[in-house]
Amino acid sequence: MPAVQETVERVKRIDVDQYRYGFETLIESDKAPKGLSEETVKFISEKKNEPAWMLQWRLEAYRRWLTMTEPTWARVDYPKIDFQDLYYYAAPKPKKTISSLDEIDPEILKTYEKLGIPLREVAMLEGVEPKPGEEDPARRKIAVDAVFDSVSVATTFKAELKKAGVIFMPISEAIREHPELVQKYLGSVVPTSDNFYATLNSAVFSDGSFVYVPPGVRCPMELSTYFRINERNTGQFERTLIIADKGAYVSYLEGCTAPQRDENQLHAAVVELVAHDDAEIKYSTVQNWYPGNAEGKGGIYNFVTKRGDCRGNNSKISWTQVETGSAITWKYPSCILRGDNSRGEFYSIAISNGYQQVDSGTKMIHLGKNTTSRIISKGIAAGKSQNTYRGLVTAHRKATGARNFTACDSLLIGDKCGAHTVPYIEAKNSSATFEHEATTSKISEDVLFYCIQRGLSQEEAVGLVVNGFVKDVLQQLPMEFAVEAQKLISISLEGSVG
Amino acid sequence: MNVAVAKTGGGRAVSDLFASAEGRLSGSPDVIAARREAFESYERLGLPHRRIEEWKYTDLRALVGEVLPLAAAPDAAALKRASDAVKAHAIEGARKLVLVDGVFAAELSDVKALASEVSLMTLREALQKDAGVLKTVSTDAVIALNAALATDGVVLSIADGAQLSAPVQIVHVATAASVSVFTRSQVKVGKGARATIIESFVAAGAKTYQVNDAVIIAVADDADVAHIRLMDDAPDAVNITSQFVTVGANTKLNFFNMTSGAAVSRLQGFITLAGEGSELSINGVNLLQKTEHGDTTLVVDHAVPNCVSREIFRAVIDDRAHSVFQGRIIVRPDAQKTDGKMMTRALLLSDEAEADNKPELEIFADDVSCGHGATAGALDDTLLFYLKARGLPEKQAQALLIQAFVGEAIEQIADDGLREHVIGMAERWLERRS
Repeated sequence: MPAVQETVERVKRIDVDQYRYGFETLIESDKAPKGLSEETVKFISEKKNEPAWMLQWRLEAYRRWLTMTEPTWARVDYPKIDFQDLYYYAAPKPKKTISSLDEIDPEILKTYEKLGIPLREVAMLEGVEPKPGEEDPARRKIAVDAVFDSVSVATTFKAELKKAGVIFMPISEAIREHPELVQKYLGSVVPTSDNFYATLNSAVFSDGSFVYVPPGVRCPMELSTYFRINERNTGQFERTLIIADKGAYVSYLEGCTAPQRDENQLHAAVVELVAHDDAEIKYSTVQNWYPGNAEGKGGIYNFVTKRGDCRGNNSKISWTQVETGSAITWKYPSCILRGDNSRGEFYSIAISNGYQQVDSGTKMIHLGKNTTSRIISKGIAAGKSQNTYRGLVTAHRKATGARNFTACDSLLIGDKCGAHTVPYIEAKNSSATFEHEATTSKISEDVLFYCIQRGLSQEEAVGLVVNGFVKDVLQQLPMEFAVEAQKLISISLEGSVG
Repeated sequence: MNVAVAKTGGGRAVSDLFASAEGRLSGSPDVIAARREAFESYERLGLPHRRIEEWKYTDLRALVGEVLPLAAAPDAAALKRASDAVKAHAIEGARKLVLVDGVFAAELSDVKALASEVSLMTLREALQKDAGVLKTVSTDAVIALNAALATDGVVLSIADGAQLSAPVQIVHVATAASVSVFTRSQVKVGKGARATIIESFVAAGAKTYQVNDAVIIAVADDADVAHIRLMDDAPDAVNITSQFVTVGANTKLNFFNMTSGAAVSRLQGFITLAGEGSELSINGVNLLQKTEHGDTTLVVDHAVPNCVSREIFRAVIDDRAHSVFQGRIIVRPDAQKTDGKMMTRALLLSDEAEADNKPELEIFADDVSCGHGATAGALDDTLLFYLKARGLPEKQAQALLIQAFVGEAIEQIADDGLREHVIGMAERWLERRS
């Protein structure tokens, strides 16, 4: 029957299962035995050739983790995770030490190609190669430290960064090469005892990026890392540590996509940012992990702890995130505004469709004098998803002159989804000025009608409105990401109307 | 939530309290069973503490510590003191129902005048029949404790179509020190009825005492209800009040709360819009000084489509006082066309004052327009300067600005007389301040 046929076609079309990046690369990998024990921690540490202090640090975290319980306060619902049923380490088997990209497993390179990520940056950079005389040409280059599963397989632009004095390398290498820096800063923002998932990460983190920008240096290019979860059943535990010394500036981009899986994968990353006097760190994320299929099966569990410490006076940390993937997102990039006159920013777009659950937001902790913060959060819920903004703004007794502005807007598309706002606003001195506003609404029929009347399809009209809705945040993204993010937003909302 | 482990010595004392008070808590066998069940539930939970999300900012274990022994029934001297206090806090034209130390005092109440317009019972009388009034949908420990220990209250029923000619004022008077008072009242408003209900909490000489009150209000369709709660308990008192309100279709409910007393207070309201086309206006002012802790927690549940809710709250916080506002708007999956707005503002007058705001939206329907706003800050320096430049002394200039600040919430009271009464209370508070 044609009617039935039409329905079938239509359902197929709106199926969220059309995950563009759902493919799997078959590479032999070097795995730790399943499950978590002191042996696993030792295995990882050994694999990484880590010094004894690092192993000690991990073990302490592991022992602490054993005493902790999983947090249950977030508005997310998932079957209990069996932490003994996961692999905690998987690395592509190294053939030999890699000296050039040609030596990388072509399978891996192909994976990145499918993702549209130009690991061979030549291809991409030809397009953006600065013309002579153009302002600030270095800004348009991107250094890619590609993380394939848990190990960084290639690092580009090392030489140029080295010239500027910027240290940008996998954290496993930094532990060996710059132990004094790592020891000084690792765990100083997110201590090993911080929370269940951060502690787990501290015990078993496999790799991640390490950035150190020396005093007065403006990092000559955007730093970018593409994370990718590949090995089946592998929890991925990245650890990122970024330090901007006095007067330094760095912009870091993180983008993620993961192939389709049936079994849920756990991802518990920790990101620590430290900004000293007059330093600025800009951290941008585009997250597009597998959100699960149309029935809500599979998908990534994204339990991330991200925190920035504005340690110095006049420092600034800015978080920008575009969250479109993952079955469950549990993520609160925060700023501790310790230094006087320091500033924290949080710009977020969180889109949920299908059966996705998002519980995300930020914390702005005002400790120093005249500290300011700004939160712009845009949540879009479609399908049968649940989208929660959870944020904390607090000014302590001594944080005189603290200022915060918060705007969280939610857009609902469809009547089966939910959008929630849970802000905590704590003013502990009279000179703190806090303003908070939140709205929830759907796309107005008038606006849609206006667009459709002018020849746009329903889907295009929604896309247009949504892009306008999130514009404030998109503008904060580095140019290279803004385009990708905009594409992602339309892909994520495919099938949400009609 | 790890609630089960939370149990303190305070729990023990209450356990004895229940055993000793059981003789006074008469009722039918199912009432006794309901009380026992409620008490067991309290015993499991203990006093709420900061690890329980709803009580995050009001840790009763830290603020109150233990539940004081149950107040004895008032004697003649107590009734005399109560009578004076009731006169001092009288609201013109209102018909009073007076509860002294948790016991209904018929001699101080306008029972006769009310009899023609409402049907009235005391809680004790109601509980001779069945345990209905003791049952609420809640897992909250203080509500369970109230169900277990409520000694008295009023059970009012306003008939369909009744138009009350005067407000009904339920006055809670405390005359005894170092005791706790548990009251529970029920108000049923019939279809198409029109009524004004006032609740007052006052002290008659007593300083330290604890009030735990519960009010269950059911408003039927097409009704028009104004509900004013004025909490002016003694500066060392504790007042925990829980309200359960259900609103029918095409009904107007205008609620206002004023907190201007008690060392520790919490008003927790659970309001459900159960009928379409209703309008809810919930407003309040917290005036806090010294080390007072004032908490207003509201859950507005839009269970059906086409309802409007508006909330306006103001907190003025001086000295080392601590104000808490938690407001949640829930929009259920079917509650399309909901229009919910909430605005809460805190004014901090001292560097040691604290304001915690937690406005929440929990929305499961798409065709809605909901929003909330929250601000916290000090008095505007430029406004103060303007007034001082025109010759007003600092305190007076502040008072003027504070009045304007709280005025936005007080304005929502429709009745002129009541509004003036509330403004008077705010003025007296401001005088106490300077």
